[in-house]
Order: sequence, then structure tokens, then C-alpha cells
Amino acid sequence: MTDTTRARADRVRHAAEITAVHLRVTAHNELQYRANFFFQLLQTAWQVIGGLVVVALVYSKTPELNGWRRGELLAAVGVFTMIGGLLRAVVYPPLQQMMDDVGKGDFDHTLTQPADAQLLVSVRGINIWQLTDVVVGAVIVAVAIPDLPSGVSASDAAAFIVLLVAGAAITYWMWLSLSCLVFWVIELPFMSNLMHYVTRAAQYPIGIYPAWLRVSMTVIVPLGIAVTAPAEAIASRLSWVTAASAIAVAAVLGVFSRWLWQRALRRYSGASA
Amino acid sequence: MADVAAQTPRMPSAGRWRSLADVYVARSKTSIQLAVQYRFNLVVDLVLTTAEPIVYLAVWQLVANSSGGEVDGFTSGRFAAYYVTFGFVRLCMQSGSPGNWQHLVQRGDLSGYLLLPLHPVHIDMATWLGFCLARAVAWVPVGAILVVAYRPDFDTSVWQVAAFIASLVPALVMRTLINDIIGMTSFWFVSIVAIDGVMRIAENLLSGRIVPPDLLPGWAQTLSKALPFEWGFAFPIEALIGPISTAALLRGLAMQLLWVVVLWMLMRLVWRRGVRRYGAVSG
Repeated sequence: MTDTTRARADRVRHAAEITAVHLRVTAHNELQYRANFFFQLLQTAWQVIGGLVVVALVYSKTPELNGWRRGELLAAVGVFTMIGGLLRAVVYPPLQQMMDDVGKGDFDHTLTQPADAQLLVSVRGINIWQLTDVVVGAVIVAVAIPDLPSGVSASDAAAFIVLLVAGAAITYWMWLSLSCLVFWVIELPFMSNLMHYVTRAAQYPIGIYPAWLRVSMTVIVPLGIAVTAPAEAIASRLSWVTAASAIAVAAVLGVFSRWLWQRALRRYSGASA
Repeated sequence: MADVAAQTPRMPSAGRWRSLADVYVARSKTSIQLAVQYRFNLVVDLVLTTAEPIVYLAVWQLVANSSGGEVDGFTSGRFAAYYVTFGFVRLCMQSGSPGNWQHLVQRGDLSGYLLLPLHPVHIDMATWLGFCLARAVAWVPVGAILVVAYRPDFDTSVWQVAAFIASLVPALVMRTLINDIIGMTSFWFVSIVAIDGVMRIAENLLSGRIVPPDLLPGWAQTLSKALPFEWGFAFPIEALIGPISTAALLRGLAMQLLWVVVLWMLMRLVWRRGVRRYGAVSG
């Protein structure tokens, strides 16, 4: 093993240890509020009922929606619930805390730690109860599978998993890029609204939208492609264009968000700490 | 602190209402100035609140087109009228998050409000009334674009326009009171995120935001008419887009006033009990 390889392996191990410590602290903190689990379950149940009511209403009026049948749209609702849960549990809370810290000047503390600042801001303050949504979303996908007209092949399942990971990565990198704006404008009070409206717009497969909205949900706010690509995979509707778009958007966003983060750090000048 | 806080200092009786009106005018003006000062945030808010109904509109127009041009009496143009008006009403109905109360209680910042000679709810209402006015004006060009793009089918009379305008204020008051009541549960709970989440989803389902109430199944329509959400959101929209009878307009306005009274009394009850539990060492 060369020195470079060994140094890289050490960095990865260090990052994994930091992540594990933060997750453990977060879990201990959140477990103090066990009642929140039941509220979260109730909240998720309501949310799912809401999604199912809309699906039922839509399909009581029409047999298919731009080619999407009931079981396929149900699977899309499941994927949306999973990705939305990841956003609310793992992505939004830590990055919101980072934005608050930048506004107050408390971000200095993070920069003085002997670890990558992006890693540190991404692993703290996770809302573990929101992960209930991920589990419930997976259950919805499982329930939808028997209703899928063409069943699920091994290649569909493999593509689903790959694109779900790509969708989660898109979600994190998109939100990180947006959060970086705080280094330029100090306050982003619309971010919670943005999460609400953006996730709402992503709840249906982008294939049912008009062209301008479809392009917007792929390029400008790519959460649409993050949900649609795995949903299409599990419904055996995946085209190469959608799969390639999702992977390309994930790759570009990954590089762009890291570049933006490094530029943002250079811009930061803490007011106090 | 709890004993002191249990009684909010009262305004002098003479000129009390005039003083209250002065507070509303001053706070509203401040909100308008803030909205104008932070124009970027105002524009983002406009774009976001417009995006939500556009998505619903795309879905329901698709359903209408694939089921012979209409769904339960809703044509493509009527869906457009509903969701274009939805954007305006949604923008006007934004009010303070219950999470603000959590911060006020946990950090002790509520202590400062307790020294003011008026209820904190008035401050909330006056603040959001100002933002509502600023956003309503800013929405006009957006609305014009939507009308040209989607050609909504309005069936509107002068009385309906008057009822629509009249219904916006009680609707905003209802939403602010609901948010404040949820926020005041911070006196009992360390985190109200989950309570707020449950209420928010009930609101989404039963207010006419996900789907016009007329398209809901019978049991859901009955439930939504028994709760305040529909009267505070879908009613103003239906009042404007029509067709609606004068009796239905008057009944809707009466229901709004009834809910304002009920929610106000509930808020007073929660406030009186909650503020006795409040104990802060700073603020």
C-alpha cells in the first residue's frame, strides 16, 4: 500500500468515525423524545393517506394519467415518500443548522475542527424520527408491486436501487448547493417554504407535466428527476434518457456542489463565535 | 414570572380600540417596508407559492382532458380559475409558523412580549396583515401572466368580488389563530414539530389545497365542512370563481365569523392555561 493510498484510507476511516459519533449522539438526543416517534408515525400516516386519497380520486375519474396506471403512480408515491423522508430527516435539518450558524457567526467553531467542514455540517442534527417516512415509503412501493402491469424483473430492481441512491444524492447535493447561498446573502428565510413547495411539486412523475415544467423539474430543481427515475425503474417504464439524465444530474451536482462549497468557505468571515 | 405573566398588562380603557388600531397600522406598515426591502425573498415567495397550484393544475387538467373534458363539473377552464385564485389566496394566507412560539418560549423571549399592553396574537395578526397586503400587490403581474397562459373560466359577479375581498381578512385571522394555538402548545411540549406536522397535513387534505373540496368523497366533504380549514381557504376561492348563490356566500361568511369567535375563545383558553406554566429566567 502506498503512502497516498494509506492516507486516503485513514481519511475515510476518520470520516466514518466522525459520522458514527454524530449519529450516536443524535440518536441519544432524539431518543429522549420518544413520544415524537408516535407523532411522526401519525404524521406520516396522514401524509400517506393524503397521497393515496389523491391517487384514488384521480383514478376514479380516469383509467390512466398520461400512460401511468394506478399501481405505477402508487409506486411513485412510495418513492416520493422515501426521498421526501430522506430530505426531511438527513438533509434539511443539518443544513438548516449550518445556515443558522453562518448567520450568527457560530460557523467558526465548525471550521476550527480537524475534519472536513462539509462532512461535519452534514452529519449533525439529523431527525431520526423522520426516517419513518423512508420505511413507510418502502412499504408503499412493496404494496404497489403486485399491481404493476408488467411485474418487476431483477434488472428493474437493480436499476431501482441504483437510481434511488442517485436520487438521494441529487437531493443532498441540490440542497447543499442552495444552502451555500447563505454565505452570500446571510439569510435565506424562504428555505423552509422552498422545501415544502419543491417536495410537493416532486410528488408526481414528471412525465405527466407539460414540457416546460418537466425540464424545470429535471434541470433547475432536479428533485423531480430524483423521484421519477426510481419510480420509472420499479414500474418497468425506465427509458435510457431518464436513467442517463438522473445519473448525469447526480454527477454534475456532486462536482458543482463541492466546488460551490469551497468557494463559499473562502467567502465566509465570521462576525463572532 | 408565571404569576406576573398570567395577566397581560392592559391598555388604558380610554382610547383602547384606537391604540389597538394604531398598533395594527404601525406593524402592518413595518411589514410592508420589510417586504419591499427584501425584494428577492418576496420574488422567491411569489415563485414558490405559484408553483404549487400550477402542479395541481397540470394534474387535474390532464385528468379533465382524459375524461371527456370535465371532472364532476370542473372543466379545464374552471380548474384554471380555481388554481390561479388558489395562488393568490395561498400567498395572502401565509402567517407565522408555530415554531416561532417554540423559540419564544424556550429562549425566554416571550417575557418581552408579556410586558406589552396587548396580546401577542395581535402582533402576529398585524404583522401578517401587512405582508399579505404587500404580497397581494406583488402578485398582480404574476396573476396577469397566469390568466393569459391558462385562460381561466370565471363566473363572477360584483357581489362575489366583494364577498371574496371580505372573506380574506377572517381567513387570515383564522389561520393565524390556528398557528398560534398550535404554537402555544410549546408551553407543555419541548418540541411541537410533530403536532404541527399532523395539523398541517389535516389542513392540506381538508382545506381544498390538494384538491377542490367538491371533488372529495362525501365523508371527506362532511368532515371538511365541520372543520375550519375549508372556510379559511377554499371558501374565498369558490366565492370568487363561482357559480355560487348569494345564500351560499352569506353562509360562508357567517361560518368564517363563527370560526373566528370559536378559535379566539380557544386561543384565550390555551393562552391563559399555558402562560401560567411559563417560567423564564431571561428574555
